[in-house]
Amino acid sequence: MKRLDYPFSEEKIRELKVGDMVLISGKLFTGRDAVHKRLHEGVAPPVDLKNQIIYHCGPVVLQDKKTGKYEVKAAGPTTSIREEPYQWEVMRDHGIVGVIGKGGMGAKTLQGCKDYGCVYFHAVGGAAQVLAEKIKSVDGVHWMDLGSPEAIWELSVEEFPVVVTMDSHGNSLHDKVNKASEEILKSVL
Amino acid sequence: MAKKKPVAKATKKPVKKATKKVVKKTPAKKVPAKKVTAKKVVAKKAPAKKTVAKNLLSDSLLELIRKTSAEIPDDVQKVILEALEREEKNTTAEYAMNIIKANIDLAKKKSQPLCQDTGTVLFYVSHPIGLDQEKITKEIHKAVVKATELGYLRQNSVDSLTGANSGMNIGLGHPSIHFHQHKKKNIEIKLMLKGGGCENVGAQYSLPHTALEAGRDLKGVRKVILDAIHKAQGKGCGPGVLGVCIGGDRGAGYIESKEQLLRKLDDKNAIKELRELESEIVETANKLGIGPMGFGGKTTLLGCKIGVLNRLPASFFVSISYMCWAYRRQGVELGTKNEIKKWLY
Repeated sequence: MKRLDYPFSEEKIRELKVGDMVLISGKLFTGRDAVHKRLHEGVAPPVDLKNQIIYHCGPVVLQDKKTGKYEVKAAGPTTSIREEPYQWEVMRDHGIVGVIGKGGMGAKTLQGCKDYGCVYFHAVGGAAQVLAEKIKSVDGVHWMDLGSPEAIWELSVEEFPVVVTMDSHGNSLHDKVNKASEEILKSVL
Repeated sequence: MAKKKPVAKATKKPVKKATKKVVKKTPAKKVPAKKVTAKKVVAKKAPAKKTVAKNLLSDSLLELIRKTSAEIPDDVQKVILEALEREEKNTTAEYAMNIIKANIDLAKKKSQPLCQDTGTVLFYVSHPIGLDQEKITKEIHKAVVKATELGYLRQNSVDSLTGANSGMNIGLGHPSIHFHQHKKKNIEIKLMLKGGGCENVGAQYSLPHTALEAGRDLKGVRKVILDAIHKAQGKGCGPGVLGVCIGGDRGAGYIESKEQLLRKLDDKNAIKELRELESEIVETANKLGIGPMGFGGKTTLLGCKIGVLNRLPASFFVSISYMCWAYRRQGVELGTKNEIKKWLY
């Protein structure tokens, strides 16, 4: 088990390899479909994303009506491939060093990881409670006009469990499993 | 099984509308009222029989949603634990299955959603002759709004044209309610919460399928099902379960494929050929090496349920609905006062 602690940097990210099980501690920003679309359209992000990690997640967040404080009730990853057209651009233009999601991403993203120093971390899909427990505080919310699941939530996490499935050296576990399983599929069809 | 259309009518300002109507009929009951207030109302109204029944229905529906969202049914938990045992130690596959197990325990303990995507809210209401479907629909809407406020459901209903989130899980087609008349005396309500990740990897094939060399027979059906499993890898939160329908028109096929997911995982298909195909699909899928979350591993599929509908001579559809490991389905049989008499899973 490896650890990745805040502040994140390209140097730390380049050390990670496909198959590494990593515990992340520090800051994450959620961002999913509507956020990526808006960034792609050229709108400036509401926070500086340089050396930050984006988490593909639409959490269940409840707000205490008296104190106004937010609490994350459930926060697992959403399917990442929908951000495939945009993700490399966010790496290039905003300098993110990590993406957390599920299901893996494609060739453009893999190339982006290599070119700009970024890795793709796979969180366990559906594990909303285990992952929400690792979120220690909600430090802010941006672009709430996109609706709660689509907004940018600024989260502090401790020992958030992920697996590196795409590294910054051109390796993808998804490509590997896909090719191997395709060969087996051909033999059983 | 008739699809309920009045949902559409109540769309523009569904909650207000529902509130108004209910207020007219039972003046003391305010829909968005706080929990405490609602309890008081129940107590006051106790002598009026009709109201008691109605209030119990709200409670029963809310409890059905809570339990469905937070607790995995026993039949599903059993196969998940078996899958965990099968995986090799110290692999990413075992790691993923362990997190899944921990998540199941934690969600139940905290009474919070297993998965943050509480999905399409699908109700299946089986009822005796003479039930007022409009009334049940209204009660379901109220329970869904309440469950959303309490965080059992995520704000998950988006206007497809404007992108606006209703914030209440009420809108055109949401929640999805299917009514079905049965001969039993009691009402049975089943609920399935089907997340978007697994819904997105559903597929419909039209046979013959040239690229897969799949013809209009069970061999062809087998080929397209295995192809769908391969394509779903990683994206549908595996290991998952397939609901399949052979035949029907495009719409009926998908509806039936979802209803197959209402079957218990350990039941036996009454049709021999399908029973054999179901177990063969699971066995073969688990040889593909896709594994939990697509990390590679031994369990790719936890179950496969196949139904059949007649088709037109010109059509041969195979409709496949994928359910993720976070298989949220529950059901209740209601008693005479609409209290929960029995859990169905």
